[in-house]
Amino acid sequence: MNCVLGPGNILHDTLLFRVIYDGVGHVLPCWLSYAVAGLAIMLILVNGVLLGAGLFSWVERRLIGRFHNRIGPNRWGPFGSLQPLADLVKLLLKEDLTPKGADRIIFAIVPVAMLAPVVLVMAVVPFAKDTALANLNVGVLYILAVTSITSIAIFMAGWASDNRYAMFGASRGVAVLISYEVPVVMSLLGVVLVAGSMSLADIVSAQTVPFLLVQPLAFFVFFAGTSAELNRTPFDLAEAESELIAGYHIEYSGVKFALIQAAEFGAVLTSSAVMVTLFLSGWSGPFSNYLGWAWFLMKIGVLAFIFSWIRATFPRLRIDQLMAFAWKFLLPLSIINLFATALEVYFLRDSAGTLDTTDLWIMAGINFGLAFACILVFGTLIREKVRPAGPATGATLSPGEAD
Amino acid sequence: MPIQTEPMTVNIGPQHPSTHGVFRLRVTFDGENILEVEPIFGYLHRGTEKLAEERNYVQIVTLTDRLDYVSSMINNQAYCLAVEDLLDLEVPQRAKYLRTLTAELQRVASHLMGIGFFLQDLGTLGTPLMYAFRSRERILDLFEMLCGARITVSYMRPGGVFFDAPDDFWPALDQFLKDFETEYKEIEQLILENEIVMVRTRGVSVLPLDLAINASVSGPVLRASGLDWDWRKMDPYDAYDRMEFDVPIATGGDNYDRFWVRIQEIHQSIRMVKQCIQQIEPGPIRADVPLILRPKPGAEAYGRVEASKGELAFYLVSDGGISPYRCKVRSPSLINLTVTEHLLVGWKLADMIVTLGSLDINMGEVDR
Repeated sequence: MNCVLGPGNILHDTLLFRVIYDGVGHVLPCWLSYAVAGLAIMLILVNGVLLGAGLFSWVERRLIGRFHNRIGPNRWGPFGSLQPLADLVKLLLKEDLTPKGADRIIFAIVPVAMLAPVVLVMAVVPFAKDTALANLNVGVLYILAVTSITSIAIFMAGWASDNRYAMFGASRGVAVLISYEVPVVMSLLGVVLVAGSMSLADIVSAQTVPFLLVQPLAFFVFFAGTSAELNRTPFDLAEAESELIAGYHIEYSGVKFALIQAAEFGAVLTSSAVMVTLFLSGWSGPFSNYLGWAWFLMKIGVLAFIFSWIRATFPRLRIDQLMAFAWKFLLPLSIINLFATALEVYFLRDSAGTLDTTDLWIMAGINFGLAFACILVFGTLIREKVRPAGPATGATLSPGEAD
Repeated sequence: MPIQTEPMTVNIGPQHPSTHGVFRLRVTFDGENILEVEPIFGYLHRGTEKLAEERNYVQIVTLTDRLDYVSSMINNQAYCLAVEDLLDLEVPQRAKYLRTLTAELQRVASHLMGIGFFLQDLGTLGTPLMYAFRSRERILDLFEMLCGARITVSYMRPGGVFFDAPDDFWPALDQFLKDFETEYKEIEQLILENEIVMVRTRGVSVLPLDLAINASVSGPVLRASGLDWDWRKMDPYDAYDRMEFDVPIATGGDNYDRFWVRIQEIHQSIRMVKQCIQQIEPGPIRADVPLILRPKPGAEAYGRVEASKGELAFYLVSDGGISPYRCKVRSPSLINLTVTEHLLVGWKLADMIVTLGSLDINMGEVDR
């Protein structure tokens, strides 16, 4: 018997799924082969993300080692590349402590709740041509919905740990995540307008010109917002090492800590993957029919490198400055970008409502000018607003010349 | 009307990555804002002053190393000046220059560490700290050439220094000064004009000059509040009367100014090291000092230096025995800490850590 996947099924476009489904469909009943194919592809995805997270943890430690004038982990495996495995074994063998006053159930759920959105996001991201697990027509919305689970997980961690440092970290983390969600969503709307679709596959195929060029302001806002949501410097308030030691995951040890770490490193990769798909034209590139996955991974690597670079360079902002940065700087920028994009799309689209490559280039030109002007103007404004007013005790003067 | 929240009391330390040792603060927070601060110290108390009463005058040098363990040379210097005053010892010229040179190198090392940890407290992932440590390691290597130790040097002795510099010390020092120029420029470029550093530190935790004077604060913390107060200029000891240098002063008294003063002082210290290299001449390195020092009964002496953290002084009283009757340490870190409460109340948790970093305390010296 042969099972046929109807074209209405969201998995119809997924090449790998179809191959597995057709293969096992010869021996198994249709419903079972559907489940087997689904499980197989989920297994690949989950393990792929976790493996990537492990690999990235090594890469980042090596990179930051270089930024620090150190060597970084180099003992086990070629260039220390098996270090994540060693870390994992160490963490698995460690005692799994739960604080006395902790809410045990919530405390135990947290690591899974942290990791789940990271893996779930990858379900809609196309790795290569027709290789997304599910080509949802509301892919962008799905990503936004799934990533906001993280804020709940962070608050659960802080609340369940019965630790005041964790509570500090959690309240900071939630404040940051909720604030930065707004400009991030607004910046994505610009991309959706230009692409004319919320499906990630359509957004990739709409990028005859990478949206990084067409929507520079949206990329900037999205990048800054994402680094805030990922809790990475200069926005790593939720786990501010020098202030809160480890923030919301201060009480986690052993395998739970390993999962939280995996979620953090994996989140960098999945965020990079989303950014690659939305702004860097995803898997497309020369020979993308065969080498789409290579282009995709390479672009993720570039973005992940930039994330590490930023992490190694900047000091941390304070909570009020961070909020001001979101509400007074990123939000106006994303609104301006949205309006400008809407106007451009309205005037440039042809009768069928689509934009061709020339239109995109024109938009790129306009938007680049706009981006520079806006960042200049708002940057000057925010500098005055973020700079704290001195306390009542004395006026602040700049350092004078050496005596 | 602002929302009323329940105040929360948190212990910051004694085990905390940013308290520079085993310092503890009991802080009451309203959300992120600090309502009350109670500094608690004594976790590193080793009874240095009492131990000094049981040891002879040369042995005490090793105790001073362990006070402010990131600037042991300067501690040695302050103690030796006190003993020399007690016994009216005349220090040879070459020893004076060697002391000045090592003290200034130590000041560079200490300030580099202060700057590095200050930026670490600001939330950098250790990059500026590692840059600072790169140069500090070189200085410690130089100390190793001089006396075989890197941190607890015990290099100086009453009446001079213990070893003369070996022949390969001078080329190594020249090479260090040459490399340091570029290395230090890299650090400055990385941090001095950084917008986030500015935003986080400018106008934060201002120490007004009158309070600074009343609280007897000294060193870079005082100079950042706007007072030209440096014992190397006002009461020159060792070879400082022949040194040409400026005293960097800032007027804001905020975290940035304290940080800025340290950055500038490194330039001046390097300037003095270069002058020492030019002016030093061969000669004896230690006065003719008996093995066991016995000051006259009732003799008192106060040895005072401008240490990297502020005014460091040893007050020695002799009863004619081989060890001092009383040895009092005036440690700058402890006295600079007395203004903590004023600096912190009203600011946020994140500012608190940075302010502690800008005071550049050392718990070895605070608790003694």
